[in-house]
Amino acid sequence: MLQRYRALIGASALALALAQSAFAAEKAEVLHWWTTEAQSKAVKVFADAFNAAGGEWVDNAIVNGDVAKPTGINRIVGGNPPTVMMMNAGKQFGELADQGLLNNLDNVAAAGDWKKSLPADVLEAVSRDGHIYAVPVNLQTPNWLWYNKALFEKFGVQEPTTWEEFFAAADRFKAGGIIPLAFGAQPWQQHQLFNGVLAGAGGRDLYLSIFRDKNPEATKTPEFKRVAETYAKIRSYTDPGTPNRSFNEAASMLTTGKAAMHIMGDWEKGEFTAAGWVAGKDYGCVLGLGQQNFLMDSNVFIMPKGGSEAAAKAQALMAEVMLDKDVQVKFNNLKGSMPVRNDVDTSGLDACSKVGLEVLKDPGKQLAGPDWLAGADMLNSLADVVVEYWATPSETPDEFADKYAAVLSEFQE
Amino acid sequence: MKQRPIRWSVYAGLTPAILIVVFAYIGTIIWTVGISFTDSRMLPVARFAGFSQYVRLFGTERWLTSIQNMVIFGVLMIAISLALGFLLAVALDQRIRAEGFLRTIILYPYAMSFIVTGLVWQWILNPTLGIEQTVRGWGFENFRFDWIIRKETAIYCVVLAAVWHAAGLVMAIMLAGLRGIDPDLWKASRIDGVKPWRFYWHIVVPILRPSFISATVLLSLGVVKLYDLVLVLTGGGPGFSSDVPAKFVMDYLFQRQNIGLATAAATTLLITLLCALTPWLYAEYFRAEKRKD
Repeated sequence: MLQRYRALIGASALALALAQSAFAAEKAEVLHWWTTEAQSKAVKVFADAFNAAGGEWVDNAIVNGDVAKPTGINRIVGGNPPTVMMMNAGKQFGELADQGLLNNLDNVAAAGDWKKSLPADVLEAVSRDGHIYAVPVNLQTPNWLWYNKALFEKFGVQEPTTWEEFFAAADRFKAGGIIPLAFGAQPWQQHQLFNGVLAGAGGRDLYLSIFRDKNPEATKTPEFKRVAETYAKIRSYTDPGTPNRSFNEAASMLTTGKAAMHIMGDWEKGEFTAAGWVAGKDYGCVLGLGQQNFLMDSNVFIMPKGGSEAAAKAQALMAEVMLDKDVQVKFNNLKGSMPVRNDVDTSGLDACSKVGLEVLKDPGKQLAGPDWLAGADMLNSLADVVVEYWATPSETPDEFADKYAAVLSEFQE
Repeated sequence: MKQRPIRWSVYAGLTPAILIVVFAYIGTIIWTVGISFTDSRMLPVARFAGFSQYVRLFGTERWLTSIQNMVIFGVLMIAISLALGFLLAVALDQRIRAEGFLRTIILYPYAMSFIVTGLVWQWILNPTLGIEQTVRGWGFENFRFDWIIRKETAIYCVVLAAVWHAAGLVMAIMLAGLRGIDPDLWKASRIDGVKPWRFYWHIVVPILRPSFISATVLLSLGVVKLYDLVLVLTGGGPGFSSDVPAKFVMDYLFQRQNIGLATAAATTLLITLLCALTPWLYAEYFRAEKRKD
């Protein structure tokens, strides 16, 4: 109710701003879906900074990205866009840019010298045909292994860095009556885990030939077979309660000591913080089991064409504020992700973010996330195959590889 | 029969409704069918693509599974709800004590949203939280009730939750029907010495025909738009074993940004339903009307 009320105020404020754009403050209606406790604290950093810089932040938070995205897109297409809207980097906003509905941010990027301070892959992921269309605000990777330190000490298990070590550790916990791996078998979580295995156990080349080149032949390699076998083997280290379990329920299995490990993205830290856990003390983290790759994913903000001059000004100001060095550190600390700029002061980051940052420094370990390389349709069609494989213990790795290849050949360019 | 004069005021009053039907319903149906023949992805575009979306649709295992699930769910849910609702109504009709109280209890589930129903049953059926865990806690270590995590049985969990949700409504409809039956019929049958079950089967059920039809229509609407219950209860899983067409359409419409395929699926669903329903509707309404004249 409150949200709707706020949105209403936002809309009328916006109308007012348009009417008297000559002397109004630079109002910006921001549509996003960061609504959990940690997320809303983080987004408030942006709002405060924007207000301090002379703008006026009008918050329009919609619970659940799957609702927020179509709402925003419909408004953009319908000619009544929010000033700024959240998105994920990659192919998601490509069509909006193609249809000429987004403001080109080349000037803003040139003024802020993005080329120098942002990783090249990130710039690539916010660009379309050589022009920049979105402001990236963070970096995150979905392939972290989080573990309960107390349980690791109790069982005398060392931090695993390869899948072999992971399975050895998992056997110890299984024998000791602890669930080795907390897991929620929802499609997005299953697909995310699989992609982590693909990059970690299969390696960079295999990963790229699948998501970038969409090459069905890649599934015939021994590397892919190893990925398929590893993924299927993980199944036997989870408990029977996995179907349709949400990621935060899985996270709470770690904090309550029921399970020893969980593989999930940076946002998991928000759950740990809420449970009073401290990075490096209560929980440990390993980035990318096997080949250590940072599967880059980034939240971005797009700036739809609004028409009025005031809106364009507000958009430019917003881009500047969001990429400010101090704002970047403050925001990402609360959000649990990493600053997208490579020139910020990192002393204030937590132990796990520092691990991530260390990995990010090596360009050979940066790997564009699936969303940056392929469209939602292909990724979800692959997810269907992966999800079915997990749910069907009788399906062999070869059968799985054939189905996977069939989807790839459908999307091959 | 004398021809009645056309009452224009009635049509004037109906105009807004007719306009809404024509533009909001029929218009959007035509638009949906149109989009399904284009290669639209995230946004609708007018690039004609022939039947390619339909070809892909029927090559998608998940779609075939979801259609199959809709049939299983529809037949079982409607049959069980009707049977259970009727039996409950008959039981409540025996002039028992505390009838109002029982009636309220039985009707309660229907007042709950599918989201709540799904969540509650998800916990009850989850083997690590619900029934299985509880019974094992009582000392029956080998007890198994894990339908929801097995591919072959997950759809029956959806049926179970939906029947729990809908049986009360059917009961209310049937009870109203039962109360409308002429008391003389009961007396006559008793005098003739007709056995109670024969009386119900041969006399009450045919009299309640309109009630059965209303209940069936209401329930079948629920079958076609079944979405939120599945989403919360099983998420369409394990794998996509409990997926349903509405969820398939929603997924492709929003998450997967492929409205071409989504509208092709919606169109297929519409045509299937029309094919299934038209003969029945024809028999039920139009022929019945003719007989009256």
